[in-house]
Amino acid sequence: MRHLLSTLDLDADAATELLDTAAKLKATLLGREVRKLPTLRGRTVVTMFYESSTRTRVSFEVAGKWMSADVINVSAGGSSVGKGESLRDTALTLAAAGADCVVVRHPASGAAQRLAHWLSDNGTAVVNAGDGMHEHPTQALLDAATLRERLGELAGRRVGIVGDVLHSRVARSNVHLLRTLGAEVVLVAPPTLLPAGVDDWNVPVSYELDPELPALDAVMMLRVQAERMHGGFFPSAREYSIAYGLNEARLRMLPEHAVVLHPGPMLRGMEIASAVADSPRAAITQQVSNGVHVRMAVLYHLLAAGAEETRTKETV
Amino acid sequence: MTSPLLIKGARPYGEGAPIDLLVRDGVVAAMGADVSAADATGAEVLAADGLVALPGFVDLHTHLREPGREDTETIATGSAAAALGGYTAVFAMANTDPVADNAVVVEHVWRRGREVGLVDVHPVGAVTVGLRGEKLAELGTMARSAAGVRMFSDDGLCVFDPLIMRRALEYTRALGGVVAQHAEEPRLTVGAQAHEGEVAARLGLTGWPAVAEESIVARDCLLAQHVGARLHVCHVSTAGTADVLRWARNRPAGVAGRMAEAVVSAEVTPHHLLLTDERLTDYDPVNKVNPPLRTGGDAEALRRALAEGVIDCVATDHAPHAVQDKDCEWAAARPGMLGLQTALSIVVRTMVETGLLDWRGVARVMSERPAEIAGLPDQGRPIAVGEPANLVLVDPDARWTVRGAELASIAANTPYEGMELPARVVGTVFHGRPTSWDGKVRH
Repeated sequence: MRHLLSTLDLDADAATELLDTAAKLKATLLGREVRKLPTLRGRTVVTMFYESSTRTRVSFEVAGKWMSADVINVSAGGSSVGKGESLRDTALTLAAAGADCVVVRHPASGAAQRLAHWLSDNGTAVVNAGDGMHEHPTQALLDAATLRERLGELAGRRVGIVGDVLHSRVARSNVHLLRTLGAEVVLVAPPTLLPAGVDDWNVPVSYELDPELPALDAVMMLRVQAERMHGGFFPSAREYSIAYGLNEARLRMLPEHAVVLHPGPMLRGMEIASAVADSPRAAITQQVSNGVHVRMAVLYHLLAAGAEETRTKETV
Repeated sequence: MTSPLLIKGARPYGEGAPIDLLVRDGVVAAMGADVSAADATGAEVLAADGLVALPGFVDLHTHLREPGREDTETIATGSAAAALGGYTAVFAMANTDPVADNAVVVEHVWRRGREVGLVDVHPVGAVTVGLRGEKLAELGTMARSAAGVRMFSDDGLCVFDPLIMRRALEYTRALGGVVAQHAEEPRLTVGAQAHEGEVAARLGLTGWPAVAEESIVARDCLLAQHVGARLHVCHVSTAGTADVLRWARNRPAGVAGRMAEAVVSAEVTPHHLLLTDERLTDYDPVNKVNPPLRTGGDAEALRRALAEGVIDCVATDHAPHAVQDKDCEWAAARPGMLGLQTALSIVVRTMVETGLLDWRGVARVMSERPAEIAGLPDQGRPIAVGEPANLVLVDPDARWTVRGAELASIAANTPYEGMELPARVVGTVFHGRPTSWDGKVRH
C-alpha cells in the first residue's frame, strides 16, 4: 500500500489485514500504562487540515505519537496555506522538508488524489482524511472495526446508512468498504439528499426509514450539516427529524443486536435522539477509540510494513 | 500583391483525381486542366500530392485571451494555432479583461488580428455590460465599429434574465446580428463541477445537470421564434439539447410570433464529440470544461445530431489556461481546454472514421455553416474558380501524437496529450497566401 485515498483501493484481503492489525494494536496497548510503541521512530507524519476538525485530527496525531512518529500539524490558518500558496506547492514543500506521510483533509473532492499525484516522485505517502464530498476511508475502516467487534464478521450483515448521502464522504467510503467486506448496504434518505447517479451504485435505496429498521444489523446515522438545512434540501429540521431521526421508538424497531453508529459530530435531537446516542446500543465512543487504532494500522502499513526493504533499496 | 500560388495535385473534398489549383490575387484563378503552364510561371508551388482540399475552417468560438491573459495566449499565438489547425477565420470570445463590451476593445482585437495577419480575427461582442447579465452592452456601436461585430455572447456566463435575453435577441435583429448563448441555468448549477450522473456521484463532485442546459435552450428557442431573431447555441453538450433543437426546428410555421424570421443554429465542440466524464476519475483538471464532459450516450447523440444537421457546426471553445490554473485541485481549476490544432483530427475520428460524415460533410460543419451563421461572405465558399482562396489541405492518412508543449498556444492544456490522432492539417491558405505548411507557421 502506497497511499490510502479511497476505500475502493482496498480489496477484501487488504481491508481485513488493516482491520486485523488495528485489532492487534488495540489488544497490545490495552491496559498498558505507557501507550507507546517504537514502530515509527524517526518517521515524520504531517497532518494538513484545510477544514476544521477535532476528532479526525486528534485521532491521527495520537495514532502517530503512540507509535513514536514525529507528528506535525499544519492548519490552513497559521501557515503559508493562508497566504494563498497552492496545494501543490505546500505539498512539495512538506515533502522536501522530510515528511514521510501527509495526512490531508481538504474541502475539494479529489484533493488527496491530486496530492498523491504530485508527490509520486517523492515517495511520500498520502492518507486521505476526508476530501470534499468524496471519501473518508479511515472513517469507514473505524466503522468496520467497530462493527466487527460488535457483530463479528461483516459478511451477510445488513447496514443502513441514513441521511445526507449526497454530500457525505463517510457514506461513499462506507458503501465501498462494507460491500467489499461482504455486507449489504441500504441507503435511506429523502430523494434530494441522494446523488443523481445513485441508481448505478447497485445499492438498495429507500426513502423511508421505518420499514428498513427491523432487517438491519447496524444503522449509521449521518450528520445533517447546517448549510444543508438552509439549502432547501428538505423543508425543515423538524420534518427531517420526524422522518429520518433515530428516536427511541425507532430504536425499538431495530433487532436486539443491532448497533447504532454515528461518525460525529452529532446533532442531538436532530438526526439522533440523546437517549439513543447514550444508549448501550450506540457505539459512538467505541468508534472514536477504534479510530486511533485503525489510523495506527494505516500508518503502520504505509510507513513500517515492508519499509525496511524499501529503505535498503534507497540506500543502495 | 502576393505572388501566385500553384497547389499541385490536391483533391477538392477528397473527390476525384488530384488536380492543380492556381491561386492569384486571393482567389482561385484556375482549376484542373485550365491551369496552363504559362499562368503558373513564377508561382510558388505547394506540393499537395493527393491531399484533401477543403474550404478554410471557421471557428465560431475561440478564446484568444488578449487583452488580459497574455501569459496564456495572445492574438498572435492564437492566430498561429488557428493557421496550423486549418482555420482561416476565428471568433474571439468577449470574456477578456477588459471585457469586449465596447467599441474600443473590439476594435483593438480586430486590429491586432489584422496586424498578425494569419487568420481573420472577428471579435465577439459581449451581450451585457461586463458580462454581468444586467444591462445590454452597446451592441449597435460595436456593430458599427471597424470590427463590424455581428456575433454577441456573454460566453462562460449565461444571459439568464429572460427579459434581457429577449431584448438582446430583438435588438440584434436591427444589426443583422446573432446572439450566441452559453446555456447554463445558474440556479441549477450552483457549485457545479461535473456532469450530474454516476461518475460525479462516485467522485463527490457537485453535479451540472443536463436540464440546466436544456431548459435554457428551450426557453431561448421559444424567445427567438417569438421575436423573429437569430439565436446560436454555444457548445451543445447533451442528448436532450439536440432533442430540443430538433423540436424547435420542426415546429409548424406560424405557431409562434415571428417564426418565419427566426433562425436557430447550434455548435458542438470536438471534446464533447469524443471525451466523456469517465475521464474525470483521476481528478486531473485538464478534463474540466464548461459545459462539462458528459456521458458516452450524449457524445453518441451529439455525433448523430451533427451528421443530421440538427447541430450545424463544430466550434472549438479553444480555452488556454496557465499551469497554475489547471495543475491544482479540481474545484479550484479553471474550465476549458485547447482545441484549435486538434479539432480536425477529432472530427475525423468521431465523424469520418465512423462513417457519419464524408469530406463534403466536414467542409459543411467546419467551414460552410459557421461562415453562414456568422455572415462571412468570403469564408466557407465552394472550391471553385473565382471564389476566395481560403483553403485547407489535409492529409487524411497521417497519424500524429499530440504534445501540448509543441502546440503553438502559450498554454498547453490539451486533454489529448499523448493521444495518437488521425488526419493532419498540412497547409492553410488564407486569402491566397499560405499561413501554415507542414507544421510551420508562415508569416
